[in-house]
Amino acid sequence: MSRGTSFPAVCLVPGEASGPLALLTHPLSLWGGFDPHTGRVTDENHPQCGLQIGGRVLLMPGGRGSSSSSSVLLESARLQAHPSAIVLVEPDPILVVGALVAADLYDVHIPVVSVAAAVLARFEGAAEARVDARPGHARVGFL
Amino acid sequence: MVRLEAIDKALLSGEFGGSAQRAMDLLLRYGEVLGAECFIDIVSAHIDSCLYHGASGLDFVRSLLDDHRQVRVPTTLNVAAFDLDHPERSDVPAETFAIQQEMVKGYLELGCLPTMTCAPYQRSRRPGLGQHVAWAESNAIVFANSVLGARTDRYGDFTDICAALTGRVPLAGLHCGQNRHATLIIEVPSPGRCRMERDLYFASVGYLLGEHAASRVAAIVGAPGDSTEDELKALGAAAASSGAVALFHLVGVTPEAADLDEAMGGRSTSPEHCVISASEVRGVPRRLCAAREGAPVAAMCVGTPHFSLDEFRRLAGMVAGRHAAPGVRVLVSTSREVRAEAEVAPWFEAIDAFGIEIIMDTCTYLLPARMPAAGVVVTNSAKWAHYAPATIDRRPVLMSLERCVRCAEKGEVVG
Repeated sequence: MSRGTSFPAVCLVPGEASGPLALLTHPLSLWGGFDPHTGRVTDENHPQCGLQIGGRVLLMPGGRGSSSSSSVLLESARLQAHPSAIVLVEPDPILVVGALVAADLYDVHIPVVSVAAAVLARFEGAAEARVDARPGHARVGFL
Repeated sequence: MVRLEAIDKALLSGEFGGSAQRAMDLLLRYGEVLGAECFIDIVSAHIDSCLYHGASGLDFVRSLLDDHRQVRVPTTLNVAAFDLDHPERSDVPAETFAIQQEMVKGYLELGCLPTMTCAPYQRSRRPGLGQHVAWAESNAIVFANSVLGARTDRYGDFTDICAALTGRVPLAGLHCGQNRHATLIIEVPSPGRCRMERDLYFASVGYLLGEHAASRVAAIVGAPGDSTEDELKALGAAAASSGAVALFHLVGVTPEAADLDEAMGGRSTSPEHCVISASEVRGVPRRLCAAREGAPVAAMCVGTPHFSLDEFRRLAGMVAGRHAAPGVRVLVSTSREVRAEAEVAPWFEAIDAFGIEIIMDTCTYLLPARMPAAGVVVTNSAKWAHYAPATIDRRPVLMSLERCVRCAEKGEVVG
């Protein structure tokens, strides 16, 4: 994929981030599936168990399971082990709220956007991604 | 743009205090993301934010305590990280202990009730058909929507207490009638065809439901017409663990699904139709957690979600005249309220005599209970089996309650 190519997205939580990406093929519940200290996936039933998502642009089909995932996202923000941005196919209000509170409480900005399923597939094999999320105008692209 | 009523504007302008103002501000941004048209009143809230996940939880509740204002609707609290009266029953790190106690204190100062249960629907006061609530805790959400027919969206931590402080939520998601109709049909075999005990059957069907439906609303056909609340509780909890299910319809059983037509909202478009085989249902326990017969059993953990009075009665019948093997911990999680009722029941003695310890306020998968390091943990909860490997690093084996009891009695996995 060529540098600079980008795709339309829907802004859920505004912000900008770029850097290495972590692509999950299946939805992940941050609670019970992610360690906010290390930033790694810990759900043994998840195909990407062990993958580092802290400090990465996280791309995944959606959230899953526990309503505690907002708290786990906030705790990872406090510990500076949070994903730098979250790109979802299925918008997840639980992650949206975690990101909003992280901004309010710790001034940690985790942009959250949603994209079409086909867009997620375009990032297979890519190393880095960029998220630019402003209300009414958001894009996800390659660096 | 979300249309604001006078009450919303008053909340936003600080007339109800600074914490309600900040809560409304967060709900407004949340409502905008959801594309809500307006806000609506709720009749109750259930708070999951009170569970310890680190110091951030305390930072958050403290940010709401500055003006001594309280919640505007009856509000219950979900579990804590340990039994608040008996912390010695789990391995509680000192920091967790201190922060969790302070967090609960904070939510009580906000006027929440110290219910400490993941099953607020087992209380005598619970919402009814069509009533709007703001509940968090995935199993409580799916139960409120599916079994009670109350209306809650999939609230997460923080939105729950913001809704309680304002008494308002954005009109979106499962608060809207048109989003409550099933968009796929899941046909399941009967427990008899699966040759499974009913509790294991419902847990397994729920686990498959979550995998197939993800966050969609499904109409299930083929399950028993006499499904009990406890069975639906197990099904929903499993579906909200393997997937993000917040509402299902069991055709002929749940209140918004007298027949398939009602469950589908009379829609004429042909939805996705998925047929689940008996071998798929039977395969769930094996897939989640295989264990060979004869493996030593460290503990039996049930009550995820919290045991009901009926479940205690059933368990008492099973364990009467029997004892758990020495060294095997038998832990049943429940609420203070259900425990108080169970304790005075005539059959309670059998529970005690078997060597059962009742854990309140929490769930045994949150912190490692003191139990032998070697050995598996038997459970009839798919939710427990799903989460425990990651949360407390224990090897679960999913089976019927009846078989759990036999394993605990023998001290090893029996067939």
